[in-house]
Amino acid sequence: MIPTRRKLPRVGDGPIIRRVLIGTTLFFGAILVLAPLIVIAVEAFGQGVKAYAATIAHPDTRHAIFMTVATALIAVPVNTAFGLAAAWAITKFDFWGRRALLVVIEIPFSISPIVAGVAYLFVYGLQGLFGPMLEAADIKILFALPGIVLASMFVTAPFVARELIPLMQAQGRDLEEAATSLGASGWRTFFSVTLPNVKWALLYGVVLCNARVMGEFGAVSVVSGNIRGQTNTLPLHIELLYHDYQAAGAFAAASILATLAVVTIIAKVALERRGAGRRPALAAATNEPKAGNRP
Amino acid sequence: MKRNVLPGLPLSLGITLFYVALIVVLPLAALVVKAASLGPAEYWAIVSSPRAVASYRVTVLSALVATAFNLVFGLALAWVLVRYRFPGRRIIDAIVDLPFALPTAVAGIALTTLFASNGWFGALLAPFGIKVAYTPLGIMVAMCFTSLPFIVRTVQPVLEDLDPALEEAAQSLGGSDSAIFVRVILPLLIPALLAGLSLSFARSLGEFGAIIFIAGNQPMETEITALLAFIRLEEYDYQAAAAIASVLLITAFLMLAATNLLQARALRYTARS
Repeated sequence: MIPTRRKLPRVGDGPIIRRVLIGTTLFFGAILVLAPLIVIAVEAFGQGVKAYAATIAHPDTRHAIFMTVATALIAVPVNTAFGLAAAWAITKFDFWGRRALLVVIEIPFSISPIVAGVAYLFVYGLQGLFGPMLEAADIKILFALPGIVLASMFVTAPFVARELIPLMQAQGRDLEEAATSLGASGWRTFFSVTLPNVKWALLYGVVLCNARVMGEFGAVSVVSGNIRGQTNTLPLHIELLYHDYQAAGAFAAASILATLAVVTIIAKVALERRGAGRRPALAAATNEPKAGNRP
Repeated sequence: MKRNVLPGLPLSLGITLFYVALIVVLPLAALVVKAASLGPAEYWAIVSSPRAVASYRVTVLSALVATAFNLVFGLALAWVLVRYRFPGRRIIDAIVDLPFALPTAVAGIALTTLFASNGWFGALLAPFGIKVAYTPLGIMVAMCFTSLPFIVRTVQPVLEDLDPALEEAAQSLGGSDSAIFVRVILPLLIPALLAGLSLSFARSLGEFGAIIFIAGNQPMETEITALLAFIRLEEYDYQAAAAIASVLLITAFLMLAATNLLQARALRYTARS
């Protein structure tokens, strides 16, 4: 770091350019990001608190909340276990095809959720690979909770892994090697050495994964079948109410997910203060020591 | 080569490969098999039908406009957040991630309500004859929203790490602010900008939830490709759905390859300097 000997005006520090830039970005930011958040609150309570409470208390809404929470309770822990396993394998060992595996894990991140939903239909649907077999065995995967969980797992598969891998890559293997050479078992090494070192990054990945699972719309809308009161998750229930011309109800349901989004962001900021959070993707591929995180 | 003493490779790699195969590879392979079972002539007839081509056009054009907007706005936002100190900066910095955290269906109904002709912004724009909701402009607004954080978050760390000495050297040589920005700062940001650009564009091409509420979804005019695949599915035309979804899949893979290529080049670039 350069010591602060003097305050030389840096590029763009002129008062006019400064004001124009701050003003313009705040203006567009308010329109594009802040206004949607405000309009959700205004519309949700537009018909009064009573109407709001009635929507939330409606059995269909409560069932949608139940479906969303149930999906998250299964998909998030499974994805977390996967993320830990993938990060351990990829960062603690050298094996052939390591880079390729990294690319495959990141695939869901760049694929349209609709494509994911359609793809799952061709595995478990009647038109798909296992559909007739599952039908014969009377196992319901599509248009039921298992299908919703599977599609959510696809969409969020990289979330935990991609937080852990760059961090564990940067931390190297020395500590784990020392622990095992001193006689600690693999699990002991993992729980007492690795996990404490990555706990904030892990939690960060879990928080983001949970937000995405609870909010997933495209992939879930293909595999759920949209059966009111049965296979509707909260985002699908919002769509149903909205297209039923129950805008206030839709916004009341949306306000729950908007609250979740705000809580997610607050948790994210809190975790970033503890050093979690992503460095630029470029650093993931290098073996350089961990550069400072954003403050 | 040092012998690896750590345990757990068979277990962790086994879990990883099993999960990736079951959750990621199997469905995509099933989709490809389904699309490939069509035969070239039939496949081509579906993916080159006028309605499909119109959907590619509206999706790609809207994504291009949204990405271009986010390129300028995202760069400006990253600049403002890194270089200036003003009240509320930290809140803005946090709120930039809202499009990632807010479910797309929620964003969709909120943006539609704002930009409908009787909405807060729609009513302001209506006297000028500008309609946003239920037009291609609405698709662009939704895409701008959902892909906004990408460019900000890729540029921001690079801008923070920028060595002030570079600017000082340019200033002492008499460069004007705009010349220094264009000729010294911007070239250093280009790898990050390109990475953010490709992420933002890919996300816009695949976005569904936020768009379908605001788009109006008129075939040939405001129907995006992802929605067309969804509609074919609802019509029980599984082959057409597979074919159109495969177009989106191939596009996603091409974007992924391009991104990896850009990152590899950027890595070499940073390694040299």
